[in-house]
Amino acid sequence: MPHPPLHLAAALDGAGWHPAAWRLAGTAPEALWSASYWANLVAEAERGLLDFVTIEDSLDLQSSRPDGPDGRTDQVRGRLDAVLLAARIAPLTRHIGLIPTTSTTHTEPFHVSTAIATLDHVSSGRAGWRPRISARRSETGHFGRRDLPELRPDLFAEPAYVELVGDLFTEAADVVEVVRRLWDSWQDDAVIRDLPSGRFVDRDRLHYIDFRGRWFSVKGPSIVPRPPQGQPVVATLAHSSVPYAFAAASADVVFVTPPDADAAEAIVTEVRAAEDTVGRICEPLKVLADLVVLLDEDASAAWRRRDRLDGLHGAEPVFDAPVFAGTADELADLLGHWRRAGLDGFRLRPAVLPDDLAAISRTLVPALRDRGLFRAAYPGGTLRDLLGLTRPANRYAVGTPT
Amino acid sequence: MPKQMILAAHFPGVNNQTVWSDPESGSQIDFASFVRLARTAERGKFDFFFLAEGLRLREQRGRIYDLDVVGRPDSLTLLAALASVTTHLGLAGTMNATFREPYELARQLATLDHLSDGRAGWNVVTSSNAFTGENFRRGGFLDYPLRYERAAEFVRVARRLWDSWPVDAVLGDRATGRFVRHPDPGAFAHHGEQFDIAGHFTVPPSPQGHPVIIQAGDSAEGREFAAADADVVFSRHGTLESGRAFYADVKSRLARYGRTPEELKIIPGVTFVLGDTDADAQERAQYIRRQQVSPQTAILLLEQVWNRDLSGHDPDGPLPAEDPDVSDSSIADGRTRMYADPVATARKWRALAQEKGLGIRDLIIEVTGRQSFVGTPARVAEQMDHFVQADAADGFILVPHLTPGGLDDFVDRVVPLLQGRGVFRTEYTSRTLRGHLGLGPARVAAEPAVVG
Repeated sequence: MPHPPLHLAAALDGAGWHPAAWRLAGTAPEALWSASYWANLVAEAERGLLDFVTIEDSLDLQSSRPDGPDGRTDQVRGRLDAVLLAARIAPLTRHIGLIPTTSTTHTEPFHVSTAIATLDHVSSGRAGWRPRISARRSETGHFGRRDLPELRPDLFAEPAYVELVGDLFTEAADVVEVVRRLWDSWQDDAVIRDLPSGRFVDRDRLHYIDFRGRWFSVKGPSIVPRPPQGQPVVATLAHSSVPYAFAAASADVVFVTPPDADAAEAIVTEVRAAEDTVGRICEPLKVLADLVVLLDEDASAAWRRRDRLDGLHGAEPVFDAPVFAGTADELADLLGHWRRAGLDGFRLRPAVLPDDLAAISRTLVPALRDRGLFRAAYPGGTLRDLLGLTRPANRYAVGTPT
Repeated sequence: MPKQMILAAHFPGVNNQTVWSDPESGSQIDFASFVRLARTAERGKFDFFFLAEGLRLREQRGRIYDLDVVGRPDSLTLLAALASVTTHLGLAGTMNATFREPYELARQLATLDHLSDGRAGWNVVTSSNAFTGENFRRGGFLDYPLRYERAAEFVRVARRLWDSWPVDAVLGDRATGRFVRHPDPGAFAHHGEQFDIAGHFTVPPSPQGHPVIIQAGDSAEGREFAAADADVVFSRHGTLESGRAFYADVKSRLARYGRTPEELKIIPGVTFVLGDTDADAQERAQYIRRQQVSPQTAILLLEQVWNRDLSGHDPDGPLPAEDPDVSDSSIADGRTRMYADPVATARKWRALAQEKGLGIRDLIIEVTGRQSFVGTPARVAEQMDHFVQADAADGFILVPHLTPGGLDDFVDRVVPLLQGRGVFRTEYTSRTLRGHLGLGPARVAAEPAVVG
């Protein structure tokens, strides 16, 4: 049975996903704050015809601890605002989607909506947005507006903690709802430039969103005309049932982290069930599995590199996604096998940048293409087009004004 | 060497300055429009490009104002994108300190400074406006007297965050495995009236250290805030006399903050109309004014003074007989009140209309116009130079009336004359906005990053 081509994305963060990546990376550490470093990475991903890149972010310093800084000096610390990085790269690329991360807990939904809409305008329809909740007190302390309890793994099952996380996701759903309404608050044809009446805009094609929720209310309309995609792509990372439900209710793409093909099948089933539960009416979620990848010319070289990184780190690091170490051909086979679980594609997290990203675009992508699993060229169009998502109708444009 | 002039370019946006009805008027939202204007400014060796901000669509008589250009991108995001298509031009925007948090905005501005290699500028404004607040979590919570207090504390916190990483914090020693020199780069704490925050900033020192701080506002509090904390002041003083008075006043305030007059640049926002002869330029200026003030616009601008629904009035007819409504309610939301005493303004306008025999539209054209420099390129260059040499300003922010080509003529015809007079650069001599403006390195925060 022929399959549609895989969707393939790269997740970019610092010097790579392995905590010791910077020790082996071919880039000067201070380059992590330069535009050229990020521009080169995204150009590499675009060379591989990838659907999109994601850019990680949080409103605190990176840490190996679940809650707050760890005081370590041996890992990359410090990073730039992901939305602005994406905007800086947009004019330098032509096809690839750009999906920055923002917090839903501390940011103003109005600012997020206008920023992502603007990213869509400056990239001619290649913007996405990855909302994430902030449960850490280290982020909360930077805003001084709410208190959160300490985040400790031994408390994760406590009812109070479960309720807190549930609330943060409910708030996140409100944020996404507001952002989406604001994107729709201008009809596509709102600017009329009507000389006889002297009107630049038809106010009947602009809409108050009048959102009132438990945490905030927003009046609208947006200050930014509707973005080229209508709705930029919303993507979210999910590890368990609460975030699956959030994804089903709020997102277009969900990143999941199954350890193997069987688990992938179970997770896809759970995600589809969550879509039914929340009564999803738009297109089904695109489900992409996350893998941390180390690629080399032969498997033993990849494993040696992994051992070397782990050794530099001092221990085998804990990842929230499975780690693949091996050749591009082996990974291509694995992805081909896993996709039968119902996955739409993969978001690969290069262990070391730019090395593992270059291996993805230069060896993995040809290997996937040889297997008939990946495209040979960009088809043109927006990120939604690339992902096979239609351009949504405007929710406010029911009656055509006269 | 004569005093050197600062030039900045404003992207014409939401007001009746922009003549959208002109066949040459392009998109106010397409990225290509911004690229065109920014590249023109850079071709003219301008100091910086400037974006204003709006956070809610304006309303009048309870309905969205529909006569002017409306709809604009988010400034920070757009400036980051423009950093890719320019190399020297400073990139500055207005970002309201009322509906943002210092940690987030300081982080965004430091990011923009990194991504532009030191070209970021921030026009600090605040709002007490509950109307705008309806779009934000925070709402319209701020009383007017707290505005400058919040702005001043906001800037203090931002400076503290920008200074929170030691300049040598990133070691990147692969042999020893030390990425950062110390275990807590970016540690800060601030316990103030407006903000009570602590933790770690995530952005290492940016090329300028502190992005250029710009301030607009003419009140005593605004002038004092500028003297204490700003690098650039936008003024509205378009005449030589009022410009000189403002200039002298603001510069005299610097000493008490231990600053020299060179550390604060004063640049009024100005318009220009060029012609092959002075008469041509005057004729064009009149034409543009009529495009800017349509019959419908004239009535709505009049309503903003009268604070009443005047929709029944003939745009070519006489001014209303009744006096303005001076109650607290406003017919126009999201717009700064331009006239402190509407009743006195109305009386003055009535007298002027009677004296010159003007109807509403012609009167509005007469009294709201502010075309600063009208004439041949030679006359405009001469007047601008005189303005600067006479210490009425350090330079100008030019507000063209057309998007995106409104700066073309100025750059092609006036800039070479300014260069010929030796008052404007022929090549960039610096890479940073601070360098263009002749400002020294960023001031280090007066206080250490961590305070009690």
